[in-house]
Amino acid sequence: MTLPQLGDPTRRPSGLRRVGSLVRGSEENLWRWGARVASLIPLVGLVFVLTVLAVKAWPAIKVNGPGFLSRTSWIPGSTYAAPVRTNGVLHPVGSSYGAWPLIAGTLQTSVIALIVALPIALGTAFALTERLPRWLSRPVSFFVEILAGIPSVIIGLWGVLTLGPFLAHHVYPFVANNMPDVPILRYFKGNVGYGEGLLTSGLVLGLMIVPIIASTARDLFMQVPLLPKEGAEALGMTESEVARWVTIPWVRSGIIGATVLGLGRALGEPIAVAMITGSILGTVSPNVYGTMTTIAATIVSQLDSAATDGTGFAISTLAEAGLVLAVISVIVNVLARVIVNRTSRHVAPVGRG
Amino acid sequence: MATISNSFPSTRPRRFREYIFKAMSLGALVFVIGPSIWLIADVVVRAVPHWRWSVLTSVPLGVGGGLENAILGTLVIMVGVLLIAGTIGVLTGIHFAELQRPRRNGKAGGDFLRTATEVMAGFPSIVLGYVGYIALCVGLHWGFSLLPALIVLSIMVTPYIAKSTESALRQVPTNYREGAEALGMATGYALRKVVIKSALPGIVTGLLIALAIAVGETAPLLYTAGITNNLPSASLIHQPIAYLTYYVWTDYNQPIKATQYLSFDAALILIVLVLVLLVSSRLLVNRTQRYTEGRR
Repeated sequence: MTLPQLGDPTRRPSGLRRVGSLVRGSEENLWRWGARVASLIPLVGLVFVLTVLAVKAWPAIKVNGPGFLSRTSWIPGSTYAAPVRTNGVLHPVGSSYGAWPLIAGTLQTSVIALIVALPIALGTAFALTERLPRWLSRPVSFFVEILAGIPSVIIGLWGVLTLGPFLAHHVYPFVANNMPDVPILRYFKGNVGYGEGLLTSGLVLGLMIVPIIASTARDLFMQVPLLPKEGAEALGMTESEVARWVTIPWVRSGIIGATVLGLGRALGEPIAVAMITGSILGTVSPNVYGTMTTIAATIVSQLDSAATDGTGFAISTLAEAGLVLAVISVIVNVLARVIVNRTSRHVAPVGRG
Repeated sequence: MATISNSFPSTRPRRFREYIFKAMSLGALVFVIGPSIWLIADVVVRAVPHWRWSVLTSVPLGVGGGLENAILGTLVIMVGVLLIAGTIGVLTGIHFAELQRPRRNGKAGGDFLRTATEVMAGFPSIVLGYVGYIALCVGLHWGFSLLPALIVLSIMVTPYIAKSTESALRQVPTNYREGAEALGMATGYALRKVVIKSALPGIVTGLLIALAIAVGETAPLLYTAGITNNLPSASLIHQPIAYLTYYVWTDYNQPIKATQYLSFDAALILIVLVLVLLVSSRLLVNRTQRYTEGRR
């Protein structure tokens, strides 16, 4: 939507003195330049952040090599022995870093979160727009938005103290004992642990991204015009068929965009995951209950101890991990931007940890 | 008749599918509302039985104590974010909605800036915190302090403010602009007196939402703000500053009960603070919806 702009030179009558201009155009220039400079700041910030990351990660990239993406070790090395040089970079003896468990954990938790969140969010959006009476639907959709604004540290607190133990005692054993031993479902068998693992993290992340997808989907569904829906019903479609064949296709790109945004949020969430999984480094969980870690959770829980590495190599390695996460996140967000040609006007209060 | 009923799927499975669909739709709602209420109730149940009002007026001691430092620190951070991110975000939104000239081919220009802003809106917070730590706290020798924390948080929430400002400005009726133009107002004057004035409630809503986000952040602050038991001081750098989310993050699994309670208290205060911000933003939206065109 492009509105006619203020100060469009083609529409300005020339030679007239205008109300509110002491010096002609001075206030306009103030606004114009202020706004121009301010709008550059996010871009400058993005470039700055990526540059710092790349510079800081460069020594680690030189030492860790491409194997960083596939190794499963996370060994800081000896900080007592004299450090050694590899490719001209000083690092502790015996240090060996591999980010595969981090990357795998990030992808696993995010996929679980998406699988859980997408149907629930769409169902919620449908319930809010089609099923609930208006007096109920407004407060309920506000409540869903509030959920998006709850700090992730509080969701993490609930996840580790209440939800995790509850699931580990009452739900997971039942699931693990009754799951058939077939591919994929096999991951649901085995030791269920204490609820501090992959599945709990994924479920909590799912709960965190449901509001993002649901509130956008609700806005989109409300934008679908009534006539095509009525037409479909007149052809004898049931409500579920109208949803399947009219409503969802109408706003499909918006929903995909919101889903990808939710995915980006799940990929980058550090706090809730770090609280729930305990950040077990160097392992890829054998089943869905095992402990694991993600890139973001590793950075948040390891930066403290990385600072004790006198050579700075551990810090540099964390920058490399951060760079991997940043690249994934930028790709996901640009993808969402490309997909969404109709963005929702609505700004949901989405925290990021 | 026979041909018609054969070519259509029979009624019973369709009706069955319809029931399933409706049940799942309402079930999904239960799966969202249920855990949310459980979550909030859980924090309340953990915090309220041990609640002491002295939490608000004392600083953390070795065992127990209060959260006055963190509450005041969070308020200071809120004000700082409001000033920095508020200014940048609102101006960015004005740029996108009002001042940016369309490109030659008639499309709205500035796609690159807009994409950068949206990428920033989804950028992992911990990576921002890491860069703030490396570049500002260590690189510029600022140490754990208020200014790096404010810069990182502001970079984080600026895109939200920009987006909500932009959409608020786009809801200002075109007639207003045309009217201002017809009255012969200078562009800057019309922008300030007519356009921004009528979009103000929407802009403030975005600011409140951004504040709610900033209040709830942990990861960008952990390695930029540091932590201290002292009350906030006047210095922007070299002095660490306390904030509420830190206590939730570190104290919940401490061995001492009094320290754990501090964590739950901080969580309760956070929830109340976020609720106040979000509810007031919603009230503002409801008020303004009566006066703007085109929304719903």
